[in-house]
Amino acid sequence: MTQPATTIRKRKHPGRGRGKTRTHPKGRQIDPKVQQELRDLLGDKPRDRDLLIEYLHLIQDSQGYLPSAHLVALAEEMGIPMVEVFEVASFYAHFDIVRDDEARPPALTIRVCDSLTCEMMGARDLLKSLAEKYQGSVRVVPAPCMGRCDSAPVAEVGHNHVSAATVETVDAAITAEHTHPVLPAYRNFEAYCADGGYALLRACLKGTKDVEEVLSTLDDSALRGMGGAGFPTGRKWRFVRAGAKPRYLTVNGDEGEPGTFKDRHYLETDPHRFLEGMLVAAWAVEADRSYVYLRDEYPQIRELLQIELPKLVAAGLAPEGFIELRRGAGAYICGEESAMIESIEGKRGLPRHRPPYVAQVGLFDRPTLVNNVETLFWIRDILEKGPGWFGDHGRNGGKGMRSFSVSGRVARPGVKLAPAGITVRELIDEYCGGMADGHAFKAYLPGGASGGILPASKSDLPLEFGKLEAEGCFVGSHAVVILSDQDNMGDVARNLMRFFEDESCGQCTPCRVGTEKAVALMNNPKWDAGLLDELGRTMADASICGLGQAAANPLFSVLKHFPEEVT
Amino acid sequence: MSDNISFNLNGQEVEAQPDETIWQVSQRFGIEIPHLCYSPEPGYRPDGNCRACMVEIEGERVLAASCIRTPTDGMTVNTVSDRAKQSRKMVFEMLAADQPSREVSPDPESKFWQWADNVEVSDSRLPARPTIKADSSHMAMAVNLDACISCNLCVRACREVQVNDVIGMAFRGHDSKIVFDFDDPMGNSTCVACGECVQACPTGALMEATLVDEKGVGKTDPLREVDSVCPYCGVGCQLTYQIKENEIVAVQGRSGPANENRLCVKGRFGFDYVKHPHRLTKPMIRRDDAPKSADIEIDPSNPWTHFREATWEEAIDRAGGGLKTILDRDGPSAMAGFGSAKGSNEEAYLFQKLVRTGFGTNNVDHCTRLCHASSVAALMEGIGSGAVTAPFTACRDSEVIIVIGANPTENHPVAATFFKQATKRGAKLIVMDPRGQALRKHATHLLQFNPGSDVAMLNALLNVIITEDLYDRQYVESQTEGFEELKAHIVEFTPEAMFEICGIDPETLRTVARTYARAESAIIFWGMGISQHIHGTDNARCLIALSMITGQVGRPGTGLHPLRGQNNVQGASDAGLIPICYPDYQAVGSDDVRKRFEDAWETPLDPERGLTVVEIMDAVHNDEIKAMYIMGENPAMSDPDADHARAALAKLEHLVVQDLFLTETAFHADVVLPASAWPEKDGSVTNTNRQVQMGRQALDLPGDARADWQIIQDVARRIGLDWNYDHPRDVFNEMTTVMGSFDNITWERLERENAVTYPVDGPDVPGNEIVFGDGFPTPSGRAKLVPASIIPPAEVPDEEFPMVLTTGRQLEHWHTGAMTRRSRVLDGLEPEAIAQMSSRDLFRLGLKGGDMVRVETRRGAIELKARVDGAIPEGMIFVPFCYAEAPANVLTNPQLDPFGKIPEFKYCAARVSGAAAADAAD
Repeated sequence: MTQPATTIRKRKHPGRGRGKTRTHPKGRQIDPKVQQELRDLLGDKPRDRDLLIEYLHLIQDSQGYLPSAHLVALAEEMGIPMVEVFEVASFYAHFDIVRDDEARPPALTIRVCDSLTCEMMGARDLLKSLAEKYQGSVRVVPAPCMGRCDSAPVAEVGHNHVSAATVETVDAAITAEHTHPVLPAYRNFEAYCADGGYALLRACLKGTKDVEEVLSTLDDSALRGMGGAGFPTGRKWRFVRAGAKPRYLTVNGDEGEPGTFKDRHYLETDPHRFLEGMLVAAWAVEADRSYVYLRDEYPQIRELLQIELPKLVAAGLAPEGFIELRRGAGAYICGEESAMIESIEGKRGLPRHRPPYVAQVGLFDRPTLVNNVETLFWIRDILEKGPGWFGDHGRNGGKGMRSFSVSGRVARPGVKLAPAGITVRELIDEYCGGMADGHAFKAYLPGGASGGILPASKSDLPLEFGKLEAEGCFVGSHAVVILSDQDNMGDVARNLMRFFEDESCGQCTPCRVGTEKAVALMNNPKWDAGLLDELGRTMADASICGLGQAAANPLFSVLKHFPEEVT
Repeated sequence: MSDNISFNLNGQEVEAQPDETIWQVSQRFGIEIPHLCYSPEPGYRPDGNCRACMVEIEGERVLAASCIRTPTDGMTVNTVSDRAKQSRKMVFEMLAADQPSREVSPDPESKFWQWADNVEVSDSRLPARPTIKADSSHMAMAVNLDACISCNLCVRACREVQVNDVIGMAFRGHDSKIVFDFDDPMGNSTCVACGECVQACPTGALMEATLVDEKGVGKTDPLREVDSVCPYCGVGCQLTYQIKENEIVAVQGRSGPANENRLCVKGRFGFDYVKHPHRLTKPMIRRDDAPKSADIEIDPSNPWTHFREATWEEAIDRAGGGLKTILDRDGPSAMAGFGSAKGSNEEAYLFQKLVRTGFGTNNVDHCTRLCHASSVAALMEGIGSGAVTAPFTACRDSEVIIVIGANPTENHPVAATFFKQATKRGAKLIVMDPRGQALRKHATHLLQFNPGSDVAMLNALLNVIITEDLYDRQYVESQTEGFEELKAHIVEFTPEAMFEICGIDPETLRTVARTYARAESAIIFWGMGISQHIHGTDNARCLIALSMITGQVGRPGTGLHPLRGQNNVQGASDAGLIPICYPDYQAVGSDDVRKRFEDAWETPLDPERGLTVVEIMDAVHNDEIKAMYIMGENPAMSDPDADHARAALAKLEHLVVQDLFLTETAFHADVVLPASAWPEKDGSVTNTNRQVQMGRQALDLPGDARADWQIIQDVARRIGLDWNYDHPRDVFNEMTTVMGSFDNITWERLERENAVTYPVDGPDVPGNEIVFGDGFPTPSGRAKLVPASIIPPAEVPDEEFPMVLTTGRQLEHWHTGAMTRRSRVLDGLEPEAIAQMSSRDLFRLGLKGGDMVRVETRRGAIELKARVDGAIPEGMIFVPFCYAEAPANVLTNPQLDPFGKIPEFKYCAARVSGAAAADAAD
């Protein structure tokens, strides 16, 4: 077009004449090219809000990180505010937001577990050596418990978990470009069915099983929630059944309590026993849909389930779309049931206030059954073999069987299926081949990072729900970490508090600020016991959820049982 | 009541209502519990995150947050146990550890520090975290996250109360951080600067920039507070000025019925215009050596090139004397006046009374002519009342909300917050507009129809509702007339046929028609996209028909609501500042009515209806009108074909302008009278919801400036009227004697209650918010359905002018910019004239955002910067009319709607080309 010939009279204006207006509307704008790229990536997948985390994974997997331009486009595509995408993406440890001109991370990341057992087994040195070796060409970052404490220390190279990792084994994996998850040798659908699998579920679906009968069998078996709370399973199912429809079932596969790896063990060996239990539960509570929330630290199990789940649909055991597999993204807090529900809804994993309880107001504000993987794993056997098969076990007043994840200074760590109520002494001697060579039993964690620490002098207490509370401890997910004379109790408590500091969701003051201040105070060579105690009491009394309420347990334990090591 | 809950509170048996929290019950019983993340203000849900309000409940393992916990029967609650008090104190100590010390805090008197005093915490034994860098990227707000306690009140303010969706809580744990969009500097984010977050923040982490020093430390000067109402748009937000030494330094939202504490960027940060150096403080008389011309330009900071200072006596004598001379010489038909919708009800009333009784003519009008005159015409014809049938807050009860031809997030920002909140609650929002807009993110449907095809689209909706039998037969039979004619008329307007014209596919038209008709409650909001067309009245008639045949009126959540533009356009119209009606829309043509007003005003009145805004300008060109009195209007900027309007102003033999600044209109004045800004006077105003509200004087008048009502009285006296009002109260009292709508409203009641909705049935009962549940104030008592035919816009694109130009407003600027361009923040946020265009059109022209473009129509041309805007469809240009350096109205088409006499601001043919870059000096 030609320039117009006439010039236009300059007019005055009352503004200050800054002459610096924006070339576009306020804030970040969509790049049409990236928008198209994203549309291609999402294809015809539904743009439902609860899928945000799934789509963040899609972008992270395809790009290696989360470019901000993609996040702008994703917000537009899903019809949600930009900030909502940002706050979710920045909450989870496995997402790497790269804004504008920031450098993108190296193509390969090694995550080295620095939770308690791995640290005891040399994770600090490994982290240091790897960082020195790769000098930034590979990203080396510490990460919380990967659920492989029986083969500590653990490093995740890409998505390949290297057990008993050394600089050499890690480097070998990199050289071999072995960065993908290794599918475990598990009992698949066909093998499981050949062994009588899914007969129970078929009976339920056909109507030859009575729900009431199933529930009373569970009551009689004394099966309790194995995620850590130990709530009687039959009663929980009844609560949810009493709620209005639609109802949902969610499976907590976010096994993140440091020291815990039993769910991984069952999922890696016999996944269909869990899946059948899940579908029976869904049948019993008449759930509209089941969500399996699996931690991102278990990519091999995700692959396995992606292979096996379609077989259930093909076999007519579950309607298409009935089971949704949801992927965590690196957040311990999402093991808290209401935080997990928030995460399934595609949000940050912030625990909710109780009441209302999730059985009444849960996923999408509907009545929701939340069960742990292991809890569901036992359903088939209990219903087929009768309540006594499970409930007749037990020692020292405990009832049923428990899967202890044992790690630390024992000769043979691993998942130990043992009678409920067993003592730590019995567990070490009968199941773990005694202490590791050269180590003398000093103390133990009865229930992961949150369950407190007990000295060897208290090794005759039954490791069972409700039996350790008088000692300021609890058995929780039955993750037992054995400490020896070579472990410094101050270091142990600091490791655990650092973990809580890193994993606090940040929602409430006592936990967000309390864990951070506690770490700072515990970094002093001499602890201010009075102040730490005051701080810890408020964390325990005033935090919203179990994380903050329990975070000070190890601190209290060390002050109580090993004051000489820290003051 | 049996639903109540009995529980024990600190040893006392008490009752709670269902849903009442322990904190609320405690408050009721005078028990003070600290709180930070909880705000008892409307719209804020408790979040229970700060843990400052912990109480002990017997039998529970841990303490409970009283702000979010509701008691149950038999519960025993102790708010003063040592355990609870210890815990609350430690929470404050934790938070205090990371706060800047009180003396250097952004707000030493913040809620945080006040409550810290209460629990006896002044510092902390805990180690502090590293400090966080301040963000000073925004002109209006200072962000000092050092003081942030992560209580997320600002997140709720931004996302749940104002629903602007900018602020979030990102990252995790002790890294948790308040972010704007992608952790962008606030000033670079999508923030619209409503300031709700600043008002909500309990620590001063987010503060008005005016209240902290350059180091981010809070100023502690004592501030005087005056309650008033916002002078910008028709929403009518109540506010509190915070004043230091006769200067408004900050503004807080107040809980008025229309705003519930909310404000927008203008109402919160746009008051410094009153202190701008351009402010007129002395009366001025045009210099004898300063001839008039249409294209005259005067520097508003130096009027002395064209004016000389005068005393009030001389100025009033010259102003009134000039008017009187021409009146005596040429008679009333040579006279006209433009009043203002920015003034008070009392000023509007006095102004029209002056024109009618002093000039002896009905040639009095104001900017309502340019806004909603067609809407009012259609409403008067259809339902016998020009006002809204329900307040916009009625959308709380709506299942379906239609917003058509309105862009409320920019133009009625606080009203928009209620729409957005309704969608969060589950209401369906249907947005119809040729331009995309921010509301689309909340909409169930966005109908981006072809500009000017409103009637086609709306008739298609009527067609579906009638042919599919979705109308409310009983309502139609008992409450309306003209249905059979309408039914016959719309037969040919099938969705398929109308798709050709409006561009909305038939299936969407059907879905939308069904959704609206079948809704339990549905409400329609519209703006000037409907009214500013030559078929504006027809557009509104269609909306009225939609509402009437479906019975979507007169009940909660239903109604018709033209969103009124100016803060007092409703009140000014009610007060008779229009050429065809006396106060309360009583027709000047009716002998009975005129007789009544002649008796009331003790003078004979002109029986002929007067001329409207654009007609008056034409009459000047035709040598009919020779003298004008213009108060607070700026037709040189706001009239269509502005060069033509300016030529008319220049041609006037005598022009008196009363204003705050030397406006583009005042360039042509013979006498300029320095007037009062809104915060400098008392007076009532009526908002879009029919809520009459009290404005109060907060500041002294600058220099010799006078209150407008006084100036009008001075002029009136000079032309021979015997007026003796001592205060706006006297004027209001007189208004109540001639305006039935003010029954049961007194000045004293307004002072007491701040807002009263009319009509109101008694002196001590609330007004009727939703009207016409039972018949209409029409002669038959029924609503009249008036069919509308398709009239194309007056000037459609052709080869020479291939694009469509549409005009309107922007969030930061008010009307012609006289006030807002003189506000530091508002002018800073939108500093320059822009034309919004699609990226495709710009690309086609070889241009990009930021380039200078020339926009031309058959009336004229302007040059301004292009801004890429995805909301603008290809083939369209949007130019805000607030920029004096590139006045959009130089381009607009003065063709009028035949009923409302409103010009077609929303549509004319235009062309765009690249232009040379402006020189840096600008």
